[in-house]
Amino acid sequence: MDSTSLGTVETKYQTFCQPPHELILKSGEKLGPITQAYETYGELNKDKSNAILVFHALTGDAHAAGFHADAKKPGWWDPMIGPGKAFDTDKYFLICANVIGGCKGSTGPSSINPKTGKPYGLSFPVVTLPDMVEAQKRLIDHLGIKKLLCVTGGSMGGLLALKWAIDYPDSIQSTIAIATNYRHTAQQIALHEVARQAIMSDPDWLGGDYYGKSTPARGLSLARMIGHITYMSETSMEEKFGRKLIGKEKLGYDFSHDFEVESYLKYRSGNFVQRFDANSYLYLSKALDYFDLAEDGHGKLADAVAKAKCDFLVISFTSDWLYPPYQAKELVRALKSNNLDVTEILINTSYGHDAFLVEVDNQARLIKAYLERMNKQYVKIQT
Amino acid sequence: MSKSKPDHQVSGKLNQQTSQERFDHQLIINLITSETRVLDLGCGDGTLLSKLIERKKCKVTGIEIDEQAIYECVAKGVSVSHADINTGLSDFSNKRFDYVILNESLQQILHPQEIILEALRVGKKVIVGIPNFCHSKARFQIFFSGMVPVTKELPYQWYNTPNLRFLSLKDFRLFCRQNQIKILKEIGIADGKTIKYWPNLFANVGIYLLEK
Repeated sequence: MDSTSLGTVETKYQTFCQPPHELILKSGEKLGPITQAYETYGELNKDKSNAILVFHALTGDAHAAGFHADAKKPGWWDPMIGPGKAFDTDKYFLICANVIGGCKGSTGPSSINPKTGKPYGLSFPVVTLPDMVEAQKRLIDHLGIKKLLCVTGGSMGGLLALKWAIDYPDSIQSTIAIATNYRHTAQQIALHEVARQAIMSDPDWLGGDYYGKSTPARGLSLARMIGHITYMSETSMEEKFGRKLIGKEKLGYDFSHDFEVESYLKYRSGNFVQRFDANSYLYLSKALDYFDLAEDGHGKLADAVAKAKCDFLVISFTSDWLYPPYQAKELVRALKSNNLDVTEILINTSYGHDAFLVEVDNQARLIKAYLERMNKQYVKIQT
Repeated sequence: MSKSKPDHQVSGKLNQQTSQERFDHQLIINLITSETRVLDLGCGDGTLLSKLIERKKCKVTGIEIDEQAIYECVAKGVSVSHADINTGLSDFSNKRFDYVILNESLQQILHPQEIILEALRVGKKVIVGIPNFCHSKARFQIFFSGMVPVTKELPYQWYNTPNLRFLSLKDFRLFCRQNQIKILKEIGIADGKTIKYWPNLFANVGIYLLEK
């Protein structure tokens, strides 16, 4: 194991909102008890001023870095988190929790409803991004941290970080929002809807009541394939696959897989259905579509972000067509019009939306230096 | 705007540390009051802004179009926007900054009049640095060789120059008068020294402190 790896890490759990103190969701419904799975890396310093909260993306989880016992693959943001890395665990204390509604240890539709003793399925209340943020605020309170050095995340994680910046302005020094926007456009909602329809039209879905039976793997796999295409760019797909054939010399003229890209999608989505719950995909994708950061400003983004007080680093990627850079630019303009300190960069890359996971070098350089500045400012305010 | 321009080195009288500093930067830093808000348009790698943080405790931000320069800025602790200065200013409210700096970028801007007026809208004062295209050396070259001048300070050929606008200190003064812009200070520089007499003839660069 190299010196920049965290080595073996473990998931922890926090349970809160025991009835009758349930969490009141945005929809008005109540949820409780709630369990949140989370991991922490590095050491929390004495005055608890070095904590960074990382939000994961749609299908991510609390396992952001290091290795679970006996696992071959590290956490989803391992190249960015560890000793000496961008989020340097020698200096900072990192926290990453699975969102509520998810399926990786936090309470979601696949969890057991204590009232019925059965999985929630579609009886699970609709959770929103603001609800996820509120739940994670409870976790941060539970850890005794009054002010985070930074909240960060890519894609949905970026949206959650931005929401945090507005909802809890006094509890953070900075926000690093990556490959993100401020609300979904019609195209983004449409892509999600196709994915949801794929799941719901699988006969195995059974109105969401498939637990203990065969899972709607075909539908979920199709949803993932659609998602996967949107995470790459035309260029990155062309570079990776081109028109390369798979396992054959000539075109088959049948409907078996001819092209490498076809088998790649099948392989990746096959892995995905092993690790992800179809209902969670419905809930989380819907939560993303519902979310609108401008809502708090009655449709005016600049008014909505007026509550924010922290400094911002906004990173976008040239080839990201799922969350195109112009949306990040609109966000930056709104932040700037409120006289907030904003650093923005558009990184030139062909990786598409996935760049926040794979375009490590440039991001790491940037984030490392930015956090050093934030750390200095934070220490100055404290003393 | 990325800056690939000649440094205006100071003479050897100064100590090691400052002798590496650009003379125009020194002059600009001297023009700026401590603990003010400063915006640098076309801030390059953030060298000037980082000095303003260090020496004058200014609250700074830059606008820069070159991606690599953005990394340099962030490494120096400078807050920066990766944007085109032609579009980047509309985000800011009136008189948001105490100073807006446009050093050696004006000649590379497509609509300099708009930018200067916008800079004067968002900034209480504006500092402009321009290369003097009517320096004596340039005038001699035009007169005697009959060719467009290429000098140490203006090293480009007509076909590869990034400069879009060619002006002299006199042109700039006239521009200010026509646009009701007050020139609070004009400093001519050549070879790391200020030029007191006949700056339009002997200065390579003019630094202006403006107000409207």
